[in-house]
Amino acid sequence: MNAYGLMAVFETPADAIHAAEQVRDAGYSKWDVHTPFPVHGMDAAMGLPNSKVGWFTFLGGVTGYTTGMTMIWWMNAYDYKIVIGGKPMFSPFFSFPVSYELTILLASFGSLIGMFLLNRLPRLHHPLLKNRKFCAGATHDKFILVIETADPKFNDQETRKLLVSAGSKHIEMVED
Amino acid sequence: MSAAAEHSVPSSVKIAPPPAELTRQPLVLHNRSIGWISDHIAGICEGPAPKWWLPTLIMSVSLMTMMFGCIAYLIATGVGVWGLNQPVAWAWDITNFVFWIGIGHAGTLISAILFLLRQKWRTSVNRAAEAMTLFAVACAGVFPLIHVGRIWYALWWLPPIPNNYDIWPQFRSPLLWDVFAVSTYGTVSLLFWYTGLIPDLATMRDRATGKIKKFLYGFFAFGWTGSNRHWSNYEKAYLLLAGLSTPLVLSVHSIVSFDFAVSQLPGWHTTIFPPYFVAGAVFSGFGMVLTLLIPLRTLCKLEDIVTVRHVELMCKVILATGSIVGYAYGMEFFIAWYGGNPYELAAFKNRAFGPYWWSYWWMISCNVICPHLFWFKKLRENMVFVFIVSIFVNIGMWFERFVIIVTSLHRDYLPSSWGYFRPTWVDVCTFVGSFGLFMTLFLLFMRYLPMIAISEVKGVTPQADAHHPLGGAKHGGHH
Repeated sequence: MNAYGLMAVFETPADAIHAAEQVRDAGYSKWDVHTPFPVHGMDAAMGLPNSKVGWFTFLGGVTGYTTGMTMIWWMNAYDYKIVIGGKPMFSPFFSFPVSYELTILLASFGSLIGMFLLNRLPRLHHPLLKNRKFCAGATHDKFILVIETADPKFNDQETRKLLVSAGSKHIEMVED
Repeated sequence: MSAAAEHSVPSSVKIAPPPAELTRQPLVLHNRSIGWISDHIAGICEGPAPKWWLPTLIMSVSLMTMMFGCIAYLIATGVGVWGLNQPVAWAWDITNFVFWIGIGHAGTLISAILFLLRQKWRTSVNRAAEAMTLFAVACAGVFPLIHVGRIWYALWWLPPIPNNYDIWPQFRSPLLWDVFAVSTYGTVSLLFWYTGLIPDLATMRDRATGKIKKFLYGFFAFGWTGSNRHWSNYEKAYLLLAGLSTPLVLSVHSIVSFDFAVSQLPGWHTTIFPPYFVAGAVFSGFGMVLTLLIPLRTLCKLEDIVTVRHVELMCKVILATGSIVGYAYGMEFFIAWYGGNPYELAAFKNRAFGPYWWSYWWMISCNVICPHLFWFKKLRENMVFVFIVSIFVNIGMWFERFVIIVTSLHRDYLPSSWGYFRPTWVDVCTFVGSFGLFMTLFLLFMRYLPMIAISEVKGVTPQADAHHPLGGAKHGGHH
């Protein structure tokens, strides 16, 4: 059995934020705070940069719009022209509703796929999910800070001391 | 210097609480803890089913079976089993389609537009409303699909696939725009709803006792651990989905209205249709949300989460959108007169005083008069009264679509082609049965999935606010 990381349980979001600030300032890199809901101010406390999901959304949207316009032009004005009531073969105006819907459709898929890719999800196995204390708390009413043993700054004694000073009442080594 | 030290208030400074008239009623009553919220909401799916659940499900499934029976009869025989015929070639089918798709709009409005407007009260109702959207879109999808007659050819009409002469669908028709609008709407609503469900599915997984339940909730939770690095991307994706759903929901009913507005028919050919349809859709959707949630909050003991304040706020949305709808009815008449086109005016006079006068006045009394009762706070706080009005809103909005479609069609250009539409039993049973499909899906949803967004409700409590004493803040309150 390998140790996955040191887990510290906090009771309130304020305690978790203060602990995260201390861990961030101590220079750790492979660590995370698991909370039942997004805690406002936690991104700054952990020193996380702005999420990159928006780029995937933008890419999806651009793909959707160009696909719509090109498809309609190719089908109705190039591959098989049909005259309908003397209207032009192609116009960006009548093509807009469909292209607009495709923009939104692919941008939405882009956002979701981007979120999953950046989060490395889905995954069906996680060492933390085998820990009873973790499962009973992280998605319920506890705020759990985990520092991985893989972190270059990880040191059993030092890290434990840091988490105790941050005010955690329960500290536990999680096995993999 | 840490962020906390920068913002903390010196202990010598005393911050007085705001005066009583400025404090808002809390979103979760009785100061419930974060743990209580997940226990209570997940408890609805975990305990034994309430006594009323199975009988209601059986009734809904029977109605749904009736609908599928009628559809089988329709497909086997042909659209002649319905009452529609020239000149009324669209009748209950498209009325039901627009009715159901309109109902869906409240879900997206609550989940997307109220999210962008930072209306925190949405968290208590958004999950159920989004589920309602999905199921209403499913019901809506049935009608255009079966109204085409030979539905086995639908594959060549809906997706862009060339027919046997290699001709592509033509994109100058609003009917094809509608295919893209409604299918995008259904898909994006599903994605949005599912994204919101992921953290709650993880909660359900971690609470599940049975092996099968644990596996299934775990499988669909995608390995969510509540990691803040994940929340950061998740919140951004959720915000973007809300931003995308907002123009989407406005466009869908606009495009549905193009089915009518782009035609040349008096009564349909009006530029007011897109905004008027969108307002009507939100109006009817909130009617349905209230019809579902008012009984559920009592039956599932959700009074602390879906509070009287929530119901009152939704009544105000009904009042606002109902007023827009009333204005649109008036404006249609004004333009018919002011436009100076005698045929247009005749079509509108015929609506109100012609052979379908009864449907017009049903619509006016339900949609124009009913919502204005909500000017009174006493009435907005009376749950039985709100429930009854919400049903009248549903009835009124069905009649609105009936009035628009049938009264505009039944007087054709030639008086020799005039007709009068009467529904057959197949029309009636298919429509009534669609409520069975809707209710079946909703009952299954509320039994097996958290009906209220657990993680989102937690996030709006004072216990979740790191700057609030209940959230563990050491000094003072908000600053």
